[in-house]
This record gives sequence, structure tokens and C-alpha cells, in this order.
Amino acid sequence: MKEITGYERKNGKYGIRNHVLVMATVSCVNGVINRISREVPEAVCVPHSYGCGRGSARETQILFRILASMVHHPNVGAVVLIGLGCERSNSKALKPFVEKAEKPIEIFDVQECGSLQTARKGAEAARRMLAGISGQRRVPLPWDKLLVAMECGGSDAMSGVTANVALGAVSDWLVGKGSSVIFGENTEMIGTTHVLTRRAKSEEVAKRIVEMIDQAEQRTKDIMGHLASWVISPGNMDGGMSTIAEKSMGCIHKGGTTTINQVVDYGEWPTEKGLILQDGPGYDGDSMAGLAASGSQIMFFSTGRGTPAGFPAVPVIKVASNSRIYQAMMDDIDVNAGVLVEGRSVEELREEMIDRMVRVINGEETKAEINGMDVFTMMTLNPPF
Amino acid sequence: MKKNALVIHPRDNVVVALRNLAAGEEVKGKGIEGFAVLQEIPASHKIAIRDIPAGEEVIKYGETVAVSTRLIKKGEWVHTHNLESKRWKK
Repeated sequence: MKEITGYERKNGKYGIRNHVLVMATVSCVNGVINRISREVPEAVCVPHSYGCGRGSARETQILFRILASMVHHPNVGAVVLIGLGCERSNSKALKPFVEKAEKPIEIFDVQECGSLQTARKGAEAARRMLAGISGQRRVPLPWDKLLVAMECGGSDAMSGVTANVALGAVSDWLVGKGSSVIFGENTEMIGTTHVLTRRAKSEEVAKRIVEMIDQAEQRTKDIMGHLASWVISPGNMDGGMSTIAEKSMGCIHKGGTTTINQVVDYGEWPTEKGLILQDGPGYDGDSMAGLAASGSQIMFFSTGRGTPAGFPAVPVIKVASNSRIYQAMMDDIDVNAGVLVEGRSVEELREEMIDRMVRVINGEETKAEINGMDVFTMMTLNPPF
Repeated sequence: MKKNALVIHPRDNVVVALRNLAAGEEVKGKGIEGFAVLQEIPASHKIAIRDIPAGEEVIKYGETVAVSTRLIKKGEWVHTHNLESKRWKK
């Protein structure tokens, strides 16, 4: 019997980490975040490129949702927000979105007392919070309170054959345990509408899937023009993928084969259990932010070309699609799905991945956590003005 | 027996070469053996595991990923030269 543990939050969610998050509300104060990070390395410090200069309602919705979701995230026990004062996502505007998080939050604005004072105050608050939450103990985590994200990036020809097949096997196992699984990357669903809609729980979910994939395809054509067909590239074809549907099948396989119970917007919290789709972008960093913002406590990330990217406060288990990149990036990659080529069965690999996942949930650090490879980017629609 | 082909789904009519296969090499995968590839197959490319008549669906991951444009023989390489996308026609 596999037991998992976590930190029970007041809102009924469970975290698998208990981090103090120190996050900028706008890029202007990144230097303050970096100073705090040097002084309090135990805190998860998140500088980023957002917070101002983009005006549309949708853009603002995404910005507030992603920043607020980092505050609400169950793996976060306490939060220091560093603001500037005049930015769009300033602390006053952000407050209504974060104050219901039911965890210690302190906010400091640089325009109140300057960067050095703010860094000093922020570091003090972070230390105080670390001490304050250090007494919280792990408790048994019910499997149905677990949301696992599945991501793929830096894919190669073997990603859809080894790593994503293994991720899919883990997804099916998780759903069988009562847990939930989420994956996004709508551009990598193009050509699979017929497969995903057939698996939809209801007409309504099927309709949402069609809309999502049609929009992704239209957007791809709008942006790329006559190059849209290069979504399947000569490199993909050299690798043995003949059609866009085949390429996308390799991608969606990471979610397994169970019923699709809900489609959520980018960064939106699911209200259903089981397998969930996210209407989010294909780019790894932006996709991870949306999946984390939806409340996933842990992620699997398959890669063939190899990427070191992790995510702040959320453990990311890297799965190599081939043994060559696993050997080359052993410091960054946790699991080698390339063993499927060497005669190991999917079932054996699935068991190995579940064991690793259980250990990571219970506190064992992933390679990305050990190395501090956090990447924090989010989806944007327009360039800043 | 060392496998050289991956069977992804029981419904599939193609399997994936796990390494470069030379013409005449026997295909060895879970539940499939006893036939050879008819030509050189590059690693991660598809091999037909039964005859696929012209116009028939090519199944991988248990799903239709393309349609054959001519008869594809068991053991033959399956790729853009003998199939087309149902979606973005050539």
C-alpha cells in the first residue's frame, strides 16, 4: 500500500511542500526579490517579467489569476509579496484576490521606503514565516485530494513513443486511485478532436473541446500563415511522425485514456475530479504556470531533447524519452523512459514512476528542486506597450 | 528476446521501430514476431504488422492517425510516401 502525506490547508486542500513564497507583483522590483533570495535561500523567490504594460481585460485576468494562484497554491504555507506601487497588479488591486488564501501574507511596496529597506523588511518577514510554519506536520494525504499535471517539452521522436506512453500509464493509474490529472497545450491537441471528444463526459465537455482545439488551430494559422503546416515540421517527419494527428496523439497520450470530465481555462481551478484538460498554450513555461495555477501539487514533464526547467514551489519530475539524453543530463532528469527501448515493459516503468512520485510527494526532492531550476513565465497575448 | 519494436496499443496496425532496422530483420515486439521488415526502417518510424489495403485507416495509439494511399504490406515502412493525413490533405 502506498501512503502519501502532505500539509492540510484551512481550505481543505493539501500541499506536498510547505514553502515560503517571495514573489514580485511587477518586474520593476525583481532586484529586491533577488536580494531577498540571497539573504533567505530557503524561501522560494519568484522574480518575473509581468505586472504592468499590458492592458486588455483578458491580459489582466490572466495576470491576476496566475499571481493570485501562486499565493493560494497549496504547496505554499506563507507569502511575502513585493510590490512597487503604481503597477497594474499593485498590492491594493491584488489584495481582494489573495486575502482569502487563509495563510500568512505580508506585502511591502518599494515606493513606500525604497528598495533596500523593502528587501530588509521582506527578508525579515520571510525568516519569520519560515520559523512560523516550520512546526506544521505532514498528515496522510487522501489520493482524491491530489492533482497531478502532465507536461511535455523539448520533445523528440521518442517522446510520444516512450515517455508520454509511460506518463499516460501513470495518469490512468492515478485516475483509478481517485486522483485528478490535468494537461494542457492546446496547440498539441490539433488533429485529435475526434479522439478527445469521444472521451468527453458530456456533450457540453465535448463542445468545449471542439471550441478549444478549433481556436488553437485558427490562432496557429493566424500567427504562422502559410507556415502553419510546419506545426508538424520536417524534423518531426524525419522522426517518423507522418501527420499532425499522429504527432498530437503522442502528446495527448500523456493524459492516459480515461474520461475527460472538464475543460478549464488557463490557470482556472477544476471543480471536477479525474482527467481535466486545460485550454492553455504549448510553450513549456507558460503551460506549467497554468497547470500550477490550477492547483496541481506535482508535475511530470517528459523531454526528449532535454530541459532543466522546474517550477517554483511545485516539484517537477523529469522523464527522458531516450537513454542518450538521460545520460547527458543525469543531473536534471529523474526518470529514464528510454529503458522501454531496452526491453523494460511499460508496466515496470509505470511502477518505478509511481514509486518515485510517492517519494517526491512525501518530501524527496526532484533534480529540478535540488538544482534550483525554477522557471516562471506566463501566457501573454500582446507585447507590452 | 531483445525487442526491436514497440507495440503501443492492441488495436494498432503499425508498430514503432526502436532502432534502425535493416531490410530482412525479424520484427520482435510484445506479442509480435515471425515476420521480417521488407526494407530499411529508421528508428522511431512505423512498420505495418498486417497488410493495410489502400484507403484504410492507419491505427497508432489505438486511434486513426492517417489513411493509406495504396496497399501497404506487412513488414513495410509506413510513412508519408504511402499515407495521407485525413486532415490536411497533400
